[in-house]
Amino acid sequence: MTILSVFDIGLAVLILGIGVWTIAAREAFAAVIGFVVYGLLLSIAWVRLSAVDVALTEAAIGGGMTGMLMLGAVARLRLAKGNDTRASLPVRLAAGVLCALVAAGLATAILSPPEAIPTLAPMVMENLAQSGLGNPVAGVLFVYRALDTLLEKVVLILALLGVWSLAPDSVWGGIPGLRLYAQRSSTLTFLAQLLPPLGIVVAIYMCWVGAKEPGGAFQGGTVLAAMWLLVMIAGLRSVPSIDQRWLRLLLVVGPVIFLAIGIAGMVLATAFLAYPAGYAKPLIVAVEFALTLSIGVALGLLAAGPPERVQRP
Amino acid sequence: MKLAFDIFTVVLVTAGALFFLAGTVGLIRFPDSLTRLHALTKVDNLGLGLVVLGLLPQANGVFGALKLVSIWLLVQLSGAIVTQLIAGAVRQRGPQG
Repeated sequence: MTILSVFDIGLAVLILGIGVWTIAAREAFAAVIGFVVYGLLLSIAWVRLSAVDVALTEAAIGGGMTGMLMLGAVARLRLAKGNDTRASLPVRLAAGVLCALVAAGLATAILSPPEAIPTLAPMVMENLAQSGLGNPVAGVLFVYRALDTLLEKVVLILALLGVWSLAPDSVWGGIPGLRLYAQRSSTLTFLAQLLPPLGIVVAIYMCWVGAKEPGGAFQGGTVLAAMWLLVMIAGLRSVPSIDQRWLRLLLVVGPVIFLAIGIAGMVLATAFLAYPAGYAKPLIVAVEFALTLSIGVALGLLAAGPPERVQRP
Repeated sequence: MKLAFDIFTVVLVTAGALFFLAGTVGLIRFPDSLTRLHALTKVDNLGLGLVVLGLLPQANGVFGALKLVSIWLLVQLSGAIVTQLIAGAVRQRGPQG
C-alpha cells in the first residue's frame, strides 16, 4: 500500500465522518460549519481524482457560497425562533426519507455500472483542438454542451428571482437585508480595502485561464461575489436596491451575450450555439467574461437576500 | 543537488506539519476562545510558512514559487484579520455570544 492510497483512504473516512457528524449535529450552526468543512474536504477528493475544475467549483460554491447562504438562513431562523432551530418531527422524517431515497438511488447507480462505461472523452480530446481551447472541461461546457451551460446560468437568475419573491410588496425593488458589520473602521475595513484589488485580479485570471487550464466563469464569478460582499459587509459601499438599472443589466449581460452568440450561430455557422470556424476561442472567452460578471452579481445578490427596506428619497 | 533540495523539503514540511499538529492539539485542549485563537494563529503563521518554504525548491519555476508565497501571504492576512474579528466579538459579547 503506497502512502498515497493511505492518504486517499484517510480522506474518504474523514469525509464520511464529517458527513455523519453534520447530519447528527444538534445545532444548526454547528451543522453548517460541518457542511463547509465537508465541502472543503470534498474538493481535496476531487483534486485527488484529477478533476481540478470540479474541485475549484466545489470549494467556491459548495464550501464558500452555500456555507454563507446557510449561515444567513441560520441567523434568520434564530431571529424568528430563538435558539431552537430544529424542524418539527414529520418534516425531519420526510427529509430523512427523501435523502435516503436519493442516496440509495446514487448507490445503485454507482455500485452496478455497465460493463463498458460509456464515455465520449476520447472524442472530446480528438476534436478539442478545433475549438482552440486547451481545457477539455471548458470545451465540453462551451462547445459540446453549450445549451446546458446557458440554461445553468439562466437557472441562477431564476433562483435569484425566487429569493427576491420572498420580499413583501411594500419593499419590492428595495435594498436587500444583508447583515452588515456594525463597527466602523475596524480591521475588517482594512481587509475590505486591501483584498478586493487582489481578488479582482485573481477573478480575471481564473476566468482567462479557464480556456486552457482549470478555472472559468463560475470560479471567477464566485471570487468577484466574495469581494463585493466583503466591501458591502464592511460598510465601504452601500448595498444597492434591486431596482437599479445597472444592477439588472449586469445580471443578464452574460446570458444575453451567450444567447446572442448562440442565435448568431444559426446564421453565421451551422446551428444554434455553434461558433463560426476560427472564431470559437475569442467568442468563448468573451462569453466567459460576461458570464463572470453576471455570476458575480447573481451570487452576491443571492447572499444578500430578499429586499427588506426601501431606499429613502 | 536534487537530493539536498529533497531533504530540505522533507525536513521543513515535517516541521510545518508538527506545528499543525501542535495547533490542533491546542485548539482541542485550550480552555477558552482566546487561547484557542492563539494556538490557531501559530498554525497559519509558522506551520503554513514552513510548508510553503519547504515546497519552494519543488515549485514550478519562479512563478510557481511566487504563487506559493502569495498563498502564504493571503492566508496570513485573512487569518490575522479573522482572528482579530473573532477576538473582538468574544470581548464584546462574552465567550458564549
